[in-house]
Amino acid sequence: MSTDAIATQAAPRASEDTLSARIVRGLNRTPIHIAMVIVGVIWLAPTIGLLITSFRPRTDIQATGWWETLSTLRFTLDNYAQVIGAQSMGRAFLNSVIISVPSTLLPLAVCSLAAYAFAWLRFRFRDTLFLIVVALMMVPVQLGFIPLLQLFKPFGLTQGYVAVWLAHTAFALPFGIFLLRNFFITLPRDLIEAARIDGASVLGIFRTIVVPLSVPAIAAYGIFQFLWVWNDLLMSLIFVQTNANYPMTIQVTTLLGTYGTEWNLLAAAAFLLMAVPLAVFFSLQRYFVQGLLAGSVK
Amino acid sequence: MAITPQPIELTPAGQSRTAGGGGKLHVERDSPFTLAIFLGPAFILLLVFLIYPVLYTLRLSLDRGLGGNFTRLVGLDNYVSLLNQPSFVQAIVNNVLWIVFYTGFVIFLGLIIAVVAMRVRYEAIIKAIVFIPMAIAATALAVIWGFVYSTDPNIGLLNALLGAVNIGPISWLGDTTFVNWALIAVGIWGSTGFATVILSAALKSIPAEILEAARTDGANELQIFWRILVPMVSLPISVLAVTLIVNVIKLFDIPYVMTHGGPGTSSRVIAFEMYIQGFQSGQFGRAAAVAVVMLLILIPVMVFNIRRFRSSAVV
Repeated sequence: MSTDAIATQAAPRASEDTLSARIVRGLNRTPIHIAMVIVGVIWLAPTIGLLITSFRPRTDIQATGWWETLSTLRFTLDNYAQVIGAQSMGRAFLNSVIISVPSTLLPLAVCSLAAYAFAWLRFRFRDTLFLIVVALMMVPVQLGFIPLLQLFKPFGLTQGYVAVWLAHTAFALPFGIFLLRNFFITLPRDLIEAARIDGASVLGIFRTIVVPLSVPAIAAYGIFQFLWVWNDLLMSLIFVQTNANYPMTIQVTTLLGTYGTEWNLLAAAAFLLMAVPLAVFFSLQRYFVQGLLAGSVK
Repeated sequence: MAITPQPIELTPAGQSRTAGGGGKLHVERDSPFTLAIFLGPAFILLLVFLIYPVLYTLRLSLDRGLGGNFTRLVGLDNYVSLLNQPSFVQAIVNNVLWIVFYTGFVIFLGLIIAVVAMRVRYEAIIKAIVFIPMAIAATALAVIWGFVYSTDPNIGLLNALLGAVNIGPISWLGDTTFVNWALIAVGIWGSTGFATVILSAALKSIPAEILEAARTDGANELQIFWRILVPMVSLPISVLAVTLIVNVIKLFDIPYVMTHGGPGTSSRVIAFEMYIQGFQSGQFGRAAAVAVVMLLILIPVMVFNIRRFRSSAVV
């Protein structure tokens, strides 16, 4: 292994910076580069295989592997046309949006309000109540299924989207409140005290000071929650009981069950399901990573 | 594979203490009206859609629970009959396999990749590549890995590679010997990026002087790794372990989508067992009992987390 470990980027000392020293260092580092290339291939190849396959004609897929594509380079959009039309992926995509957007905005609003109260308002049992909320974070959604269905069914809520919106919102609250409260509490105390002394209302402070200053944290949590709901399968299996309302996660699963060997359709459908999260990942990578890290490291 | 971050506080203890409302200094309290606006929606939602369901499910687990209603109190019968069901025992065993191997490998690989990637200029690219699966639904992971595991040598990369050396094809998902390992590998692939990003951030906070001092004293890279890097990131590692374990206990979609718990019941996990008991067999009492078992497994983790949380944040 190389002698320069962690601080790779640090400027090499003058005495070491001869040509031969550089070559020796370069050779020492070859195993590192090989290891990184292997890691890159393992984590990239399956996804690239899916992407390439989704654009290949059905007959080609059955004849050769995607890794041999270079010799039989023919691309088509037929697979996408077929899953969007005949396999109703277009409708499922829309359903995923209809399920995910309210299931993100609702928790965002409710959590921000409650988190602000736990961070800055003064009331009895504040810390005890907050601990109870934190404790609720560990309740698995499974404990909600049966009673919530009993609760929703008489009102026909499982026929539409309301049941899945409410279930997602309720189970998102403990973590969301916890996360945002821990961010709000780091805002400068003087700012909030000063506004209070100037006679600003609590709601006014929340709207004009706390929310604008917390955009990064709220955005990170919003992205996290959106992806969580978008990628969720289980809650929709339980709480969406009309076939026409199924989100993409259910439709892809169904496709996998009925057309388990139609890899052209499966690849295109799976890629449609991945497209939104990947777009979010590449455009908002900073918030995205922050959102995922927020709960665990600072 | 999505991972819910868990309630873990790594902020220095002092930070939260100095900030915040600090109720003791200010006697004046906020009006009930203000509190109702800020806390009302959350409390109503939590009471109706979370706390009430938990109590209902606890009670239902002691009932025959026909149609999900309280029909006849049966004591612990549901729990006893679960223990006598091979599929439930299998699910527990599989979950233990997941906890040990998924958690272990995710942390191990995440740490190795984080340490090695720090030495190359394209570190950010490697971390992004490993992290991408975190954005992808388990449902899509199942299709992606179909292109690795398929027995059709024109589809499944693994069998194509084995075929090149005249082995196989092996039915990775259809053979009880391989199925759990094949699914755990998908989980590891999906979550390693999470560990890499967290541990990489932790490793970067180690002061360079410490490493330089160790090198000056003649420590080799392996000694530095085991005696300095690993101990200094032991807290993030334990945090990560707790997060991963919690997620594995709740794991549902990888087995559901890839094998539907099969072949037979060989790849069932506990959350899948709850779904089958309740929503396929209509045994709602038993399903409630499985859910309660999940909660009971999660409680020690919860206590662990709240203790840490209390000592670092609330005081």
